[in-house]
Parts: sequence; C-alpha cells; structure tokens
Amino acid sequence: MADRKKETAVVVSQEQIATGIFSMWLRTEAATTAKPGQFISMYTNDGTKLLPRPISICEIDKANGQLRVVYRVTGENTGTEQFSKLKAGDTVPVIGPLGNGFPLEKAEGKKAFLMGGGIGVPPILELAKQLDCEKQIVVGYRDEHTFLRDQFEENGAVYISTEDGSVGTKGNVMNAIAENHLTADIIYACGPTPMLRAIKNYAEENGIECYISLEERMACGIGACLACVCKTKEKDHHTNVNNKRICKEGPVFLSTEVEI
Amino acid sequence: MNMSVNIAGVEWKNPVTVASGTFGSGAEFDEFVDLNKLGAVTTKGVANVPWTGNPTPRVAETYGGMMNAIGLQNPGIDLFCKRDIPFLKKYDTKIIVNVCGHAPEEYFAVVERLANEPIDMMEINISCPNVNAGFLAFGQDPKQVEKLTAEIKKLAKQPVIMKLTPNVTDITEIAKAAEAGGADAVSLINTLTGMKIDVNRRTFAVANKTAGVSGPAIHPIAVRMVYQVANAVNIPIIGMGGIASAEDAIEMILAGASAVAVGTANFHNPAVTMEIVDGIESYMKKFGFNSVSEMVGLVK
Ligand SMILES: Cc1cc2nc3c(=O)[nH]c(=O)nc-3n(C[C@H](O)[C@H](O)[C@H](O)COP(=O)(O)OP(=O)(O)OC[C@H]3O[C@@H](n4cnc5c(N)ncnc54)[C@H](O)[C@@H]3O)c2cc1C
Ligand SMILES: Cc1cc2nc3c(=O)[nH]c(=O)nc-3n(C[C@H](O)[C@H](O)[C@H](O)COP(=O)(O)O)c2cc1C
Ligand code: FES
Repeated sequence: MADRKKETAVVVSQEQIATGIFSMWLRTEAATTAKPGQFISMYTNDGTKLLPRPISICEIDKANGQLRVVYRVTGENTGTEQFSKLKAGDTVPVIGPLGNGFPLEKAEGKKAFLMGGGIGVPPILELAKQLDCEKQIVVGYRDEHTFLRDQFEENGAVYISTEDGSVGTKGNVMNAIAENHLTADIIYACGPTPMLRAIKNYAEENGIECYISLEERMACGIGACLACVCKTKEKDHHTNVNNKRICKEGPVFLSTEVEI
Repeated sequence: MNMSVNIAGVEWKNPVTVASGTFGSGAEFDEFVDLNKLGAVTTKGVANVPWTGNPTPRVAETYGGMMNAIGLQNPGIDLFCKRDIPFLKKYDTKIIVNVCGHAPEEYFAVVERLANEPIDMMEINISCPNVNAGFLAFGQDPKQVEKLTAEIKKLAKQPVIMKLTPNVTDITEIAKAAEAGGADAVSLINTLTGMKIDVNRRTFAVANKTAGVSGPAIHPIAVRMVYQVANAVNIPIIGMGGIASAEDAIEMILAGASAVAVGTANFHNPAVTMEIVDGIESYMKKFGFNSVSEMVGLVK
C-alpha cells in the first residue's frame, strides 16, 4: 500500500552505440527487483510532455543498483531526443520495474530461440544473460550497426540478419532461422509487430511454445487507463472482455493467447 | 482548520477526488497512493454490460496534455459490484461510481443495480453518444439532460452528480437543465473533442480519429466553465480539467467548485493527488482559511 513511487533516477553514463541508438545506465531502485522482459516508464523533465515513455530493461546490475536501457531517438523534439542529451549526473524520473517479464523457468532443459528485431533487440540481452538452457540468439537489424552483438556472443550462439544484407542473413530473423536450418522447442521474442506475427505463425505451425513481448501506446503504464490493450482469444479475468493490458498482464504473452 | 467538504449531503474528508477513467477502480493506484487520504475515489465509467472499447492506438500525447478514445471499456456492472466496490470499502474514503450508457435504459439498469450497493454517490457521464439520437451526446441537448436526470433521480438511492461535456455552445444551459431535472451536483469538464494527425505516417494518431483532450492544456477552459456554471446554478460543482497541482485545484475552488477531481495528472505522477491534498492544506494555513467552503467562489 502506497509503497511505490515515481523516483528520480540518476544517469550513470550514456553513449551512442549506433546511428540514433543510445545506451544509458541509470542508478535506480527499480534495479533491485527488475527481471528480463520488464520495462520502466521514463519521463522527460519537460512539463509539456506528460506521458511516460515505456523502455525495456536491457541489462540489470543488481549489485550496483543500476539498469541499462537502449533506445532509439524517434525524431526531433521527441522525449527520446531529450533523453539522448542527458549526461552522467543528470536525473530522469522513472517508475518501474513494470510489466511481467519473460518466464525464464519455461526454458529449463530446452533449446531456445531468443529473437529480437530493431528496437526489440535490447531486452533480449538480459534474457540471454539469465536464461539457463541451450541458447540460439537470433537478432535482426537494419544495417551494419549491429549494436549489442559482442555481448550477445558471450551469452549464446548468435545469428544475425540485416535488412540491407550487410551482415549475416539478408532479410529478417525468420530468414536467418531458415538459412541456418535452426530449430528450437521454445521461443522468446521482442520486435515490431510484423516480425512478431511471423514468429507467432511459425511457432503455431510447428507447435512451439512461444512468448512475445508486445508494444502499444500507454498513458498510465500501471494498468489503470486501459490505453494499452491487445486482443486476446479468451475473455480476460480482469477486463471481463477479450483484451488484456500490455503494461500489466504483459508486455510478454504466450503467443497463442493473443491476436496481433 | 477543517479540510472537509459537504457535497450534496455527503461529507468528504477533503475536497479532492480523482477524475473517472484515470484511476481505474483505485486498485491500480493503491501501490502509489494512500487511498485513505482522498476525499473520494471516482471509478472508471461502468455500463450495464461489459464494453470492449475502441481499437488501438487509444491515446496520444499533445502539447501540455493528451487525448484519449478508450471507448469506455469496462467490465460491466456485475463484476464491478462483486470486485471493485468491496475493494474500495476497505478504505476510509467516499465512493463515487461513474455510470455510462448508450441509451437511457442502459443508464437506468446500472443506477437500479447500484441502489442497494454501499456507495456514496454516482456520477452520470452524459458525454456518451446516444444511439437513439443519431449519436449526439446526451449532454449536448438540454431537454435530454433534464429528462434523463429526472428519470435517474427517480431510481437512484444515492446523490446524483451529472457530469457535463464542454463540447457545447453554452454549458450553463446544460447545467441548468441538470439542476431542473433534480441533479444533486454537477461535475465538469469532461474532455474536449480533438483530433491529431501523425504527419509521418499520414494517419490519425488515435484509431478512433477523434479523441478527448485533457490535461493542463485545457485547464483555463475548465476554470472558465466552472466559473460560468457556478454563477448559473445553486447545486455544488466538482471542478476538473487539467488540475496538476494544488494551485490549479485552488483556482478551481476560487472559481466556484466545492470539490475538485484530478485526472490526467495521475499519469504524470501517480502520487499527485496526495501532494494536492497537502498543498491545499498549506495554502489554507498560509492565508488563514478555516474551511474550504470559505474559498468556494471567492473570486467573483
Ligand atoms: C513495453 C515497451 C517497451 C519498449 N522498449 C523500448 C526499448 O527498449 N527501446 C526503444 O527504443 N523503444 C522501446 N519502446 C518504444 C518506445 O516506447 C517509443 O519509441 C517511445 O515511447 C517514443 O517516444 P518519443 O519521445 O521518442 O516519441 P514522441 O513522439 O515524443 O512520443 C509521444 C508519445 O507517444 C508514445 N509513443 C511513441 N511511439 C511509441 C511506440 N512505438 N510505442 C509506445 N509508445 C510510443 C510515447 O511514449 C509518448 O507518450 C518500447 C515500447 C513498449 C510499449
Ligand atoms: C484515459 C481517460 C479515460 C477517461 N474515462 C472517463 C470515463 O470513463 N468516464 C468519464 O466520465 N470521464 C472519463 N474521462 C474524463 C476525465 O474524467 C476528466 O473529465 C477529463 O480528463 C478532464 O480532466 P483532466 O484534464 O484532469 O484529465 C477520461 C479521461 C481520460 C484521460
Ligand atoms: S497504459 Fe494505462 S492500462 Fe496500460
């Protein structure tokens, strides 16, 4: 009861790791309980931008009470552009950790795909670090800016796709699976909706257990406003209709539960 | 010094509630807010049956505000009575249930169902499109408002607050119609209908095309409307629209509101209501007010 709050996180460091992609370490209380696949709501210090920016947790350093986020600047005069200008010692208001996270225990003894596309790549890193099973990390990028690649290589077998074919398989993550004749019995994925739709179909055709992390516009980030819903097969116990809140029941869903 | 206010015979411990739809049923904010500290909790609009709501995206950010077209998604009155009212009963705060419907019969069904529930007040959202009137909102036609209010009053066992839409030519006409129909109080303002176009995707930012604008950007409009309505009716007003600080809340009270509701600001800071309660108290101490009622409508 009233034991959580919007807190002032402190920027520990920030660097640009690819064109328009920034990596930031934050000192925040959220680090103590964070799990892979959860997100934080980041707020700007600009009073004209009221709503939170949901950003996935990319890495967790519990010992030092720090979280890493990796995010894309989406355009001029955006909140993410403001975040990209912050320097060590600056502050950023955050709430988190939020959402459910990836179910790690489901992978026990299995061969897994950890799939990330575009700005859905970052949460796959902490997942790769914490997942204890045979890991095939399949990540898709636009071009040769294959951010986080070195760290992925420390945590499993890495397969890369790029839209322009400059690195790895030309195309998307599904093309990379086909080209390398990969198979798995569990999938974890985060990325743009068309990619998740393709993965969901592939998983269902092959009877593979599959968890996907969804995105939607948010206003509260804590389950109160019903902005961020996705369609579900079954009636949800909370909403009493066929949809679930991505910020609360998600962002990670069993692929067969949701319609995307 | 006394922070309590009396709204249509119901004593709130302070003049601060939350705006419907921005606070869920209270449960979602329980981690961030001591609900016992609020004068009242106003719940998300509830209908006679579950509503699925609109397609997504349902929200967009605007300069100093936001817009939403949630489409009044709600779990229906049965689950609401079973789950959400018992939850709120655990707290020392008043319970205001916001009611929505597409047709008068739908409102009546909810109001009748609530008659024997342990709630303190009900707030009728008349910004909903009326299926029987070419989808014009009930709240845009004074005759409809008076009739609907009178019929609801016959069925209601708790005081009835009519929640007014600002999307009208003259809000005082609508407020007077609600008063004539027997409303115990009015609340205002609901969201202002707006539109936002995403120039990069060349599409509407919100799937519903139009969406309701709320937040600090609409505050001056809300203050003006509260002032006008305060000078037009003799029933208490719950003022809302862009309140994000104690100063904003006090402004609303000085304009004529007997109590205030905080909406969009909850999304920016989930604990903002507690800060507003404390801020009003400090203001009263600083300027020597002994009761909230001394401040209501003080600026003429
Ligand atoms: C659960 C979740 C995790 C995410 N993780 C990451 C991540 O790790 N890295 C990353 O770069 N991006 C991530 N995103 C997308 C990120 O939230 C948006 O890119 C960001 O909010 C855009 O904000 P802005 O200030 O750049 O844009 P603005 O145009 O200033 O944003 C205006 C409003 O729209 C919202 N918005 C705009 N685009 C999106 C979007 N794609 N999804 C949700 N809301 C949006 C913003 O939050 C803000 O409220 C995630 C989204 C979700 C839902
Ligand atoms: C996401 C959202 C959902 C809302 N849902 C409802 C609702 O269910 N019923 C209602 O009467 N008003 C609803 N409103 C309107 C608010 O209660 C309030 O009248 C309006 O937002 C103005 O106040 P604010 O600027 O403080 O948000 C909603 C507003 C928002 C932003
Ligand atoms: S963003 Fe409000 S319910 Fe998810």
